[in-house]
Amino acid sequence: MSLLEIRDLHAGYGQMMILKGVNLTLEEGEIGVIVGPNGAGKSTTLKAIFGMLNITAGSIHFDGRDITGMSPEKLAAHRIAMVPQEDNVFPTLTVHENLEMGAYTRRDDFSHVLDEIYALFPPLKDKRRQPAGELSGGQRQMVAFGRALMIEPKMILLDEPTAGLSPMYMSEIFDRVIAINKTGVTVAMVEQNAKQALAIAHKGFVLANGHNSYTDTGRALLDNPEVAKSFLGG
Amino acid sequence: MASFTAGDNRRDLLLFAALGVLLLAVFMSQGTAYALRVTVEALCYALIAFGLSLQWGTAGLFNVGIMGFIAAGAFASMFISYPVNGAFWASDGPSLIGDIAVKIVIGAGLVFAVSRSGKLGLPKGLVTFLTLVTLAIAYLVVSQSLDPAARYIESEAGFVGGLGLPVYIGWGFAGVVAGAIAWVVGKICLGLRSDYLAIATLGIAQIIKTFLKNADWLTRGTQTVSPLPWPLPTASEIGFTAARSGYLVMTAVMLVIVYLLLQRAYGAPWGRMMRAIRDNEDAAAAMGKDVNRRRLQIFVFGCVLMGIGGAALIHFNTIFDPNGFLDLNHTFLIWVMVILGGPGNNRGAIFGALLVYIIWTMSEPVTLYIFDHIRTIGQSFGWQPPADLDSRALSMRVFVIGLTITLVLRFAPKGLMPERLSRKG
Amino acid sequence: MNELVFFINKGIFAGAIIGSIYALGAIGVTLIFGILRFAHFAHGDMMTLGAFVAYAMAAALAAAGVTAPLPLAMMMLPVVMLVTAGMAIGIDRAFYRPLRNAGARGIVLVMASIGVTLMLQGVIRLFAGPSSREMYFNERKDIFRIEVPGANQMITLTEPQIALFIVTAIAVVALHYFLSRSRLGKAMRAVSDNPSLAQVTGISIETVVRTTWIIGGGLAALAGTMLALDVSLKPDLSFNILLPIFAATIVGGIGQPYGAIAGGFVVGYAETLAVFNWSVLLRPIARMTDGAFEVPPSLAFVPTEYKLMVPFVLLIIILIYRPTGIFKGRVL
Ligand SMILES: Nc1ncnc2c1ncn2[C@@H]1O[C@H](COP(=O)(O)OP(=O)(O)OP(=O)(O)O)[C@@H](O)[C@H]1O
Ligand SMILES: [Mg+2]
Repeated sequence: MSLLEIRDLHAGYGQMMILKGVNLTLEEGEIGVIVGPNGAGKSTTLKAIFGMLNITAGSIHFDGRDITGMSPEKLAAHRIAMVPQEDNVFPTLTVHENLEMGAYTRRDDFSHVLDEIYALFPPLKDKRRQPAGELSGGQRQMVAFGRALMIEPKMILLDEPTAGLSPMYMSEIFDRVIAINKTGVTVAMVEQNAKQALAIAHKGFVLANGHNSYTDTGRALLDNPEVAKSFLGG
Repeated sequence: MASFTAGDNRRDLLLFAALGVLLLAVFMSQGTAYALRVTVEALCYALIAFGLSLQWGTAGLFNVGIMGFIAAGAFASMFISYPVNGAFWASDGPSLIGDIAVKIVIGAGLVFAVSRSGKLGLPKGLVTFLTLVTLAIAYLVVSQSLDPAARYIESEAGFVGGLGLPVYIGWGFAGVVAGAIAWVVGKICLGLRSDYLAIATLGIAQIIKTFLKNADWLTRGTQTVSPLPWPLPTASEIGFTAARSGYLVMTAVMLVIVYLLLQRAYGAPWGRMMRAIRDNEDAAAAMGKDVNRRRLQIFVFGCVLMGIGGAALIHFNTIFDPNGFLDLNHTFLIWVMVILGGPGNNRGAIFGALLVYIIWTMSEPVTLYIFDHIRTIGQSFGWQPPADLDSRALSMRVFVIGLTITLVLRFAPKGLMPERLSRKG
Repeated sequence: MNELVFFINKGIFAGAIIGSIYALGAIGVTLIFGILRFAHFAHGDMMTLGAFVAYAMAAALAAAGVTAPLPLAMMMLPVVMLVTAGMAIGIDRAFYRPLRNAGARGIVLVMASIGVTLMLQGVIRLFAGPSSREMYFNERKDIFRIEVPGANQMITLTEPQIALFIVTAIAVVALHYFLSRSRLGKAMRAVSDNPSLAQVTGISIETVVRTTWIIGGGLAALAGTMLALDVSLKPDLSFNILLPIFAATIVGGIGQPYGAIAGGFVVGYAETLAVFNWSVLLRPIARMTDGAFEVPPSLAFVPTEYKLMVPFVLLIIILIYRPTGIFKGRVL
């Protein structure tokens, strides 16, 4: 039984159908990377998993349970977290409050998680009293990450975590993703920097026109000449 | 869209036929004179409803100050067409007013000059501050000289009076004044969130009304101005029914002309662009359309129609009474007409105006009748009804207007005659 | 000295009183604007509704022969606030939520709130009639006077005015702790910041919306009742109170509760000082300078009948020069 199993997913915004048959499976502890051209429906796929649009056909199973169209509140209880592509912090809340909000659905004591996150992202500790809107792009990305980790997720969905970051930050973020994954968190990640991302991926999915055209291990996709030609820029 | 399909036409025809039956019933049951009054007033409302349908339906502009534009138009027309007040012109009044006018011009010039002093290299914050200070001083000077002048005019001549010009010039001026106010409001608010326009229009309406009510020297305030001149042969010349029928024909002709003009504009590229802006402001702006200028045009033109409609309304009743302008009757009733009829569809605006106005006027006696029964029944059970039960009863109509708005928004957001869009796009 | 006392009574205190009322109303409007993203036009009538609930309860208790050390309407405030908050939630369920769920634009909700305000007006006038009412039932409005040396006039405050200052202070402090310390308060700020992220985070938008109505409705009831206790219960306040409250909200910056409080006092003082007769203060100066200048009998910036112009002009100035308000509201 796979941890995440998406079968023939059809979904869209209102009347407009964007996803026309997406299939995607991830085993526990894997990093899955979704690549594809702009507007292919990558973000839409993550939003569909996260119960934010109307699903017309297909199913999503997580950990053996049907979570198709489940509300984000309930998903948090199933320990799935997501970091959206844009606007992924609460700008007027402090860094600390942002992290606390990540644990909104938790009723237990989560102070140890806070400590872990500050340990994982040391710059945040110094800025904990500062509004998140005043941070740099990279620091914001860390806040967004940290917020998602607050529920100690089994699976985390990342939408272009490196978008707009300098190459130095970028590899740092990838390192963090690997570190998070090492603690046993399954990662499903959308990335524009397909080569680096596929290099750390156990599984890769190439999405185009609302369905996945290639699915393979990350390595194999990188080596696939057709994929390289049409999606990885040669 | 201007192009109606055969199916649309059939449906509209049915609705209008039903309306005709209703109107006939009013004529039969209430007598010709009364029914004529209702119909004429409904047509004036339809003209105003065109203005709102244009603003809200076509451009998504939210105007809740219709009452203010109606009142401004009504005053403008009264001022132009009411007979000249000899006592005022013979007094020192005109020179006092001239004096104030000069002060206003100088003050405005100074404020403008100071607001441009940024060109001299002054920092922006200082310019703003100086502008506001100059404005305050100019305002104080003008308001201090206004007060004695107003008192003088009131005691010497009653009020300024009119200019004695023909009524149709008054109506034109009504449009100009309403449009000018709209231009100022629109200029300030149209670049901002739509909620701000709603708040600002609501405010300006209250202020216009307060001004007209309190500026006795100009409007006679609560003493009202009457009789206003009648634009056609009067009742004493050709008889009561004929005079009212004449007014009916005149408003109907005006309505048809405006309708045809609007239909043409809706079908033209201009109309398509407006709808594009309404439906997706960002996309339209990205296409390089000057969104705010277009909206300002629409807003001003819609308010011009409201001003003219307001003038037509008061000349029919031959009385200018600032207290008679009510948010309920002159703003929200028109909203109900437009959203019920179908925003963005001019046939819908006419239909909504007639239907709602007839129901509105009929609802007064009906409500009183019902509450009369409640009183009788209640009394037989020993209930002591409050003395002001009648005026309380009429507040039920306010409730019904509010309920209608919320219900239409929820269950028939496109109204009874939805806007027809062309297939493409 | 008498002039100074007059200024304290008619300027400083009067401004603080009406400013508190506006602030309490504006907090609700700004929270609703921040969370639900529309200008709530029914807020003025919601205040009247709250006052009317208080009136009805006090009348019922008075009829039952209950007496209390404070005016009954004041004693009942917590209950009144709860009842009004419940009504606010009910109104939301019936009229706003369906539109929200259908994905209506914000401006459609503004329209709906106008529909609601008319319905409230209708109902209130049906039951209360169009005339003003006293909120006191065989009770005395206590007046506190402070003597000032050298003046034969006294600084006066009435019991409801003092109570108003106290409850406003309590409400502001409580709101501050709620928003900055409690889980739900932070969630409210989060939703106001970024609703879609809040949803992703698992914050229940419905809970936050309900809380918003509880606070907004409760404070509206508080403001309405206190205003009615201070003056009288006027069923037709509506737009006359709504405009200054909107002005306070926008002056303070939309979505900014602290801004709303500041805005409320700015508008309250602007209004009070604009209609204040400054001749009173100039007269002693003229006397001291041996009548070097002549003081007109009345010197107010704005005649009382045009009081409504003040918030409106403030609003326009803010919209022209600083549409985000003094506290940099987020929505533009
Ligand atoms: N909120 C929305 N409403 C309607 N359509 C949308 C919405 N968001 C995205 N779309 C449309 O859905 C399609 C897929 O968008 P999506 O955001 O999933 O692309 P993506 O693969 O994530 O692209 P990118 O690499 O640019 O982030 C696009 O055509 C887009 O226009
Ligand atoms: Mg994307």
